[in-house]
Amino acid sequence: MRILIGKIGEWFDHRLQLAAPIREAAEHPVPRNTASWFYVFGSAALTVFLLQLVTGILLALIYVPSAGEAWSSLQALNHQVALGWFIRAMHGWGSNFMVAIVLIHMVQVFLFGAHKFPRELTWVIGVFLLLMTLGMAFSGQVLRFDQDAYWGLGIGASIASRVPIIGPFVVKLMLGGPIIAGATLSRFFALHVFVIPGMLIAFVGLHLLMVLKLGINEWPMPGRVVKRATYEREYHALTKEDGAPFVPYAIWKDLFFAAFIILAIAACAFYFGPFGPTGQPDPTIIQTAPKPDYFFLWLYALLSLLPPSMETPFLLIGPVVAILALILLPFLSGEGEKSWKRRPIAVLTVMLIAITLGTFTRLAQFAPWSPQMNAWSGDPVPDRFVHGTTALERQGALVFQVKQCRNCHSLGETGGKRGPSLDSVAVRLTQDQLIRQVIQGGGNMPAYGKNLSPAETTALVAFLETLHPAGQAPARDASRDVALGGSSQKSPGTQQ
Amino acid sequence: MSTKPVVAPSTVSTISRRGFFMKLGILFNGFAAMVVAVPVVGFLLSSVTRGRASGYLSWVPLGAVNDFPEGETRLATFRNPYVMPTDGKTVDTACWVRRIGGDQFQVFAINCAHLGCPVRWFQQSGLFMCPCHGGAYYRDGSRASGPPERGLFEYPYKVENGLVTIQAGELPTPGAAIASLTGEKPPCAS
Repeated sequence: MRILIGKIGEWFDHRLQLAAPIREAAEHPVPRNTASWFYVFGSAALTVFLLQLVTGILLALIYVPSAGEAWSSLQALNHQVALGWFIRAMHGWGSNFMVAIVLIHMVQVFLFGAHKFPRELTWVIGVFLLLMTLGMAFSGQVLRFDQDAYWGLGIGASIASRVPIIGPFVVKLMLGGPIIAGATLSRFFALHVFVIPGMLIAFVGLHLLMVLKLGINEWPMPGRVVKRATYEREYHALTKEDGAPFVPYAIWKDLFFAAFIILAIAACAFYFGPFGPTGQPDPTIIQTAPKPDYFFLWLYALLSLLPPSMETPFLLIGPVVAILALILLPFLSGEGEKSWKRRPIAVLTVMLIAITLGTFTRLAQFAPWSPQMNAWSGDPVPDRFVHGTTALERQGALVFQVKQCRNCHSLGETGGKRGPSLDSVAVRLTQDQLIRQVIQGGGNMPAYGKNLSPAETTALVAFLETLHPAGQAPARDASRDVALGGSSQKSPGTQQ
Repeated sequence: MSTKPVVAPSTVSTISRRGFFMKLGILFNGFAAMVVAVPVVGFLLSSVTRGRASGYLSWVPLGAVNDFPEGETRLATFRNPYVMPTDGKTVDTACWVRRIGGDQFQVFAINCAHLGCPVRWFQQSGLFMCPCHGGAYYRDGSRASGPPERGLFEYPYKVENGLVTIQAGELPTPGAAIASLTGEKPPCAS
């Protein structure tokens, strides 16, 4: 039997002549210290990419890229086709894992100085691979053609339309027409299924080829400085003196980690299930609060918190600067120390970016800037705020409820976080200030002058003035008593 | 200096017959690529060029004038004038119709002027609010607070034979034609 297999193998190799180059590639010597658990993320990213290819092809057996039917084909995958839900879940979780692993791989490469000479081009291609991975993540979210996808496209179009001069054309090119419709989904399908994966396969091939040709980055030692003139000679000496064949010396860790990642994705898919689809992509259903997928949440937060005037410059210039910085990095710091122990600015930069992205992502999960669209009807003013109040103040509580103040302000822990909590507003603002704030607005608050009658304003402010902690007096204007002629003159709201 | 005239004729003379035909072949392929590129690029840009020539905009009816009570703001839906067979429900669009009085209207796009999320009207507080990034607008569509840099987009409208009609057909974005229309007087009120 073995002889037969050997003969068949020989027959093929006589024609293909691939065995020798494959053996050579597999057994190429790598520095012994690179057989480390820190070096497994690149192969893990490739593993997840292959998994995405397989699950993606499986999904394409059922999925229909038509704006009229995509949503129902996703429902069929979830509920009708045996294990369709699991394949969808694997693809969705695979996407999350892939973005995460690619980012971790990038951070590891950067901290280990692997972007330096002679691996600059490997890094630059890696930057393009990151951009394509993000492109896959976004276009994949569009193919899950639900409410979030529909309005997410609207957000993409709104951003694109801000490009000076060519903005409107870019929008029509992106949407495949004047509105988000069938042609939009079709072109995102073509991007997600043909264009970007094709480019990914080609670039991954180049990326791997260069790792083979230039050799894997050696473990960085503090003090071992990269110089263009001597590095390659030193590296070859290192692999000769202290090298070991990649297979099997280093690859077993890659294999273990790859299997672990596949199992982790399968476990997440099995336990948490597929993502969506949420509501139907019907633009006449407006009761929706679209949110992007996990990896774009930081952007969602940023777009809410940036001052309006800075937004367009940031959206249009920010990505260009960021991508240029990443591409130029290996050319600006192509030599010198590789070890993170001697590169404090590199470490701090990574930490700063990670903390910033993490904070924005966390904020986006609360979305404190969004009004609570149903707070006014859902939660009545708690009893304790109207206990022992006058008729006027209770009328004010009613105005407070009816005018939907709690869409943006919380009272007793319920309500929006857009504006400040009003539990103790009377301590912060005097009667006059309250009236002015309600009628004229200010800061981020709209003016309510046109929507409140004088009687309603009086009642509302009277109620707001009761909102102070038991032992704390409400704010009052010290000059008011004098102006109104004597300390006995008090406004109804400031009475204790 | 003196070698220059010597070099020039020698390079001309080295073109062999096969070399010439190879260059001619490349040229011929270049010509073929250009012939094919014209329809390919035309196809790719069709969504842009059509908008520039005849335009996507046309007048679509929203409903009878009396469907909209005076002084109130109501949600209306219309079908986009440009429809393809695979569009499904995406061509049905919503908008907010404010009848100021008589034939005086304001028709607002559903899309927030910030990043296009659907704004909702709150009758009691007299505000449009956006669920995404917290934009808010007054009843006349002007900006009240939040990230938007401008008021809501307004569709041009006209009232004919008791029907409210708007000029629509393009996703309202800050770069679309509709963005530059806001602020104009209603085009007609007869």
